[in-house]
Amino acid sequence: MKTERVKLYRRYERFWHWMQALLVITLILTGFEVHGTLALFGFQAAVYIHELAAQILIVLVVFTIFWHFTTGEWKQYKPAPLGELIKVIRYYVFGMFKNESHPHKKTELSKLNPLQRATYLALKIVLFPLQIGSGLLYLYYNEISTPGNGISLKTIATVHIVGAFLLLIFLIVHLYMTTTGRTVFTNLIAMITGYEELPVEAKKK
Amino acid sequence: MKKLAILMVLGVIFTSFVIADEDMSETSKIIRQNPLKVRMPSKSTADHSKHEALQKLFKTGPDVTEACLSCHTEAAQQLMKTKHWTWVCPKKQSKEGKVYIINNFCIALLSNEPRCTSCHAGYGWKDKNFDFDNEKNVDCLVCHEQTGTYVKFPTGAGHPTYVETVFMGKTYYPPDFNKIAQSVGKPTRKNCGACHYYGGGGDGVKHGDMDASLQNSERGLDVHMNLKGENFDCIECHRTLDHKIAGGCSSRLPENDTYKSPMITCESCHTDAPHRTEDTVFANKLNDHTDVVSCQACHIDRFAKEKPTKMFWDWSKAGQKDENGKPFTKKDADGNVIYDSKKGAFIWKKKVMPEYYWWNGDISVTTGTDKIDPSSKVIINKVVGSYADGKSKIHPFKVHRGVQPFDPVNNTLVIPKLFGPKGSGAYWAEFDWNKAVKAGMEYADLPFSGEVGFIETEMYWPQYHMVSPKENALSCEECHSKEGRLAGLNGFFLPSRDKAGIIDILGWFGIAGAFCGVIIHTGMRVRKNKDKKPAKPKKKSSK
Repeated sequence: MKTERVKLYRRYERFWHWMQALLVITLILTGFEVHGTLALFGFQAAVYIHELAAQILIVLVVFTIFWHFTTGEWKQYKPAPLGELIKVIRYYVFGMFKNESHPHKKTELSKLNPLQRATYLALKIVLFPLQIGSGLLYLYYNEISTPGNGISLKTIATVHIVGAFLLLIFLIVHLYMTTTGRTVFTNLIAMITGYEELPVEAKKK
Repeated sequence: MKKLAILMVLGVIFTSFVIADEDMSETSKIIRQNPLKVRMPSKSTADHSKHEALQKLFKTGPDVTEACLSCHTEAAQQLMKTKHWTWVCPKKQSKEGKVYIINNFCIALLSNEPRCTSCHAGYGWKDKNFDFDNEKNVDCLVCHEQTGTYVKFPTGAGHPTYVETVFMGKTYYPPDFNKIAQSVGKPTRKNCGACHYYGGGGDGVKHGDMDASLQNSERGLDVHMNLKGENFDCIECHRTLDHKIAGGCSSRLPENDTYKSPMITCESCHTDAPHRTEDTVFANKLNDHTDVVSCQACHIDRFAKEKPTKMFWDWSKAGQKDENGKPFTKKDADGNVIYDSKKGAFIWKKKVMPEYYWWNGDISVTTGTDKIDPSSKVIINKVVGSYADGKSKIHPFKVHRGVQPFDPVNNTLVIPKLFGPKGSGAYWAEFDWNKAVKAGMEYADLPFSGEVGFIETEMYWPQYHMVSPKENALSCEECHSKEGRLAGLNGFFLPSRDKAGIIDILGWFGIAGAFCGVIIHTGMRVRKNKDKKPAKPKKKSSK
């Protein structure tokens, strides 16, 4: 099969991705320390790092929302038809063990498969807002509540930890899924260099 | 030459900045922010050694008082309205105060007055018949004299001794009244300490956060009383108006309380947002705590820092005699009395970590008329509060635990007569609990069944003093951890200590599920690849 080197991920996109990865991992580690599960930095340092990382992440998210709209890249996350999505899921559950080829043909204009679109969209419009929102409520708890009145810190913390578990689950599966490309490292390298070898006829489409 | 001059000028400017900054102590910064709170060193306009009224021969304390009142005409009447005189808490509907309360140290005042009232700001309170309206009974000297030689005799009902007397191995001399009376001034730390360091009958016994070590405090012991620092006297915070001294009664004072002076709380000077962003990146987070955590909770990391305080007192062990049938005392290696036939067994502790409770400022007291539940320990002064009441803060306490006599038929705590001569029923003379309690309860006009049992009790002493410098304040982890200082405090969510219950379990199931999925999927891919690589036999590919 003839392949061609195609630029899939632009410079800002890669910066955003890796920065976000670093911040999310930092937040998960320090967050679970604040939660009392881990003991890596000490509670005080964990809180400090967590708050700092959260603030950087918020700035990053704001810039990235801007980037999505100015570049039109937001269209990459438009949900695919349900049938397409089911095909991809079916591929990962059965097809890939039967040497079937991936139902989605990756192109510059459609670099995310329907499952990725659904997952990342949920991440962007549900999980991130949930974490950032509950995190801000946690951080500014004194401003929104007084002892015995209003929303309890426990409720806010519980919502935040639910989000944290979902993020961690995403991270595990996401990391694993990167290994399911043409070779184990194809996707990872693409996200580092920006380029991936794609079949020529796909590019032509 | 020019360059050198410029350098010198710059150097002077620079050093002056450095010096100015170092000179600006905490207080002076506060004073700059609150010019009304400036401390002014005051010098009296009167030299009492020149007053004619203080030249004459004084035979007794009341003689001196009479001389004082000849000029300070309102002083006695002012003092008589205060709790230093009445020993009753001024709060409404309250039976708190030394007169009514039963504690788990020497238990009660009634029937034991002469031994207790050596710490009364008066003369002659030896029994119920003391005249609280006689101005001459006020003791001016104990609070105002500055020679340091005026000592009230331990069993003198507030009087000093008027003849040389030996008591418990110590010689007490009659005071030189003229010298003492002429020395008077504003109460210093030593005046207050003469009684308050020794609450419970000995140095450091009772409070935990107050003992004679404060007299020469270093920075680490109490940052405000540090001799080389702020060097506060007690009345710096316990500001006084008309002899009414702010504070006391073991209470967080409500805003409108008459005993609340402008300086009595930490917040009076430090405000409720005392942590500053120049000092710590956590200033805002720390300030977020002040609505529910008292300053004391983090800034009094330990009490009894230099001298031990009594933590446990078991009256039921009293009465043992030595081989000669005599009462005896036993000391530990550090010289603390750990057994006394008159009083029972003690446990002393130093550098004690406080216990923490939600406290809204109220204390609910068990007195001699309250029914108790004999099946559980009795909390003599219950700390009232909870997170949810919206008024409470977490406050540090010394908890003094003990075992003391009670009436198992009437189910009340009892007042034993401890101090008195043989024949009076006093326990310290006759070592008979039934006689002692009978005498005490009769004296107090309280019913007594004739039976004496012993019951466990607890007393809570809120901690205010021995404030540590900021670098010794508690770190976050002291409370924000599973086995931290607040491990036992309930009713609120404490990050790091508290988990999310079922959510945590489900969460970790989810994580485990994700890993399982990854492992199974990997396994199937590996198997597929194995199948593929030999690739030639057809059978296998059919699977």
